[in-house]
Amino acid sequence: MLSRLVFVTASGLKSSGPLGAGLVHASRSLHTSSQSLAPVPPLPEKGGKVRHGIFPEELFQLLYPKTGVTGPYMLGTGLLVYLLSKEIYVINHETFTAAAIGAVLIYGVKKFGPSVAAFADKLNEEKVAKAQEVKDVAMTNLTQAIENEKKEQWRVEGRGMLFDAKRNNVAMLLETNYRERLQMVTNEVKKRLDYQVALQNLHRQMEKEHMVNWVEKSVVSSITPQQEKESIAKCIADLKALAKTTQAKAAV
Amino acid sequence: HSDRPSLIKRLMDVKLNQLGSWLGSRDFTPNGIISAVRRGHDRYYNKYINVKKGGIGGVAMLLAGYVVLSYVWEYDHIKHDRWRKYH
Repeated sequence: MLSRLVFVTASGLKSSGPLGAGLVHASRSLHTSSQSLAPVPPLPEKGGKVRHGIFPEELFQLLYPKTGVTGPYMLGTGLLVYLLSKEIYVINHETFTAAAIGAVLIYGVKKFGPSVAAFADKLNEEKVAKAQEVKDVAMTNLTQAIENEKKEQWRVEGRGMLFDAKRNNVAMLLETNYRERLQMVTNEVKKRLDYQVALQNLHRQMEKEHMVNWVEKSVVSSITPQQEKESIAKCIADLKALAKTTQAKAAV
Repeated sequence: HSDRPSLIKRLMDVKLNQLGSWLGSRDFTPNGIISAVRRGHDRYYNKYINVKKGGIGGVAMLLAGYVVLSYVWEYDHIKHDRWRKYH
């Protein structure tokens, strides 16, 4: 449990490790170790097993084949008795101090250990949740950006069609303009030709009239007075004859 | 690691009578010593402290080792508190 708090604070003291600045923990030195994995491997769930708080489990496993389960305990008892009897470990005032402190420590650890562990776990979890949230937000942003990009690409495909339509429009405008001008040209040319035709007609008509007038005039002028009298006398004679015949007819 | 030649066995694989030659082939330059200390520290740290649910053992073992070491260093002074002169 204490090591959990150590871990929580160790990540803050990472740069100034216990061995001084410049030395980076092997687990963090992803750039200097030869085998560098891109996704950092997850932390192991539990640490090495320790019995009674201070004896690593490996000692018990080491002695198990030769001495069974009670081997390490007998080793410990024997060692203790040896140290005491040879007074390699001397019993003095410090022993009682150590015993008292040990008792208080063990009581404290046994009583408050789990709650402190839960608290440290909660802190860790909050940190992990925050990091996870950042990662999730980044992921959603990136997927959204990917979708937007794909949509833009789809739009670009549509732009080709847009340009085609515009090109068609322009072509149609050009065509219309060309036809209008063509029509204008035709009209103008027709007007000019009509004018020429009318002019010729007029010419011919004037010539005809003039000729008729001239012929009339010449004929009239060619009738001599003698002929005129003769023709008048003839007309009178004819008229008298006609009157006679009609009188005769009316009498019958 | 560049300072750990591949032909050097680990301590656990060395037989007892080969211990002398094994010690002689170890690298005792300051660089070698520092890297050995760092390796040991990393092994301990990654095994007992750098885990999700560490227990009291990781720190308690260090404290117990410190207590024992300090007793050893003070032994010459504590010798005078002995109860009997001859054992």
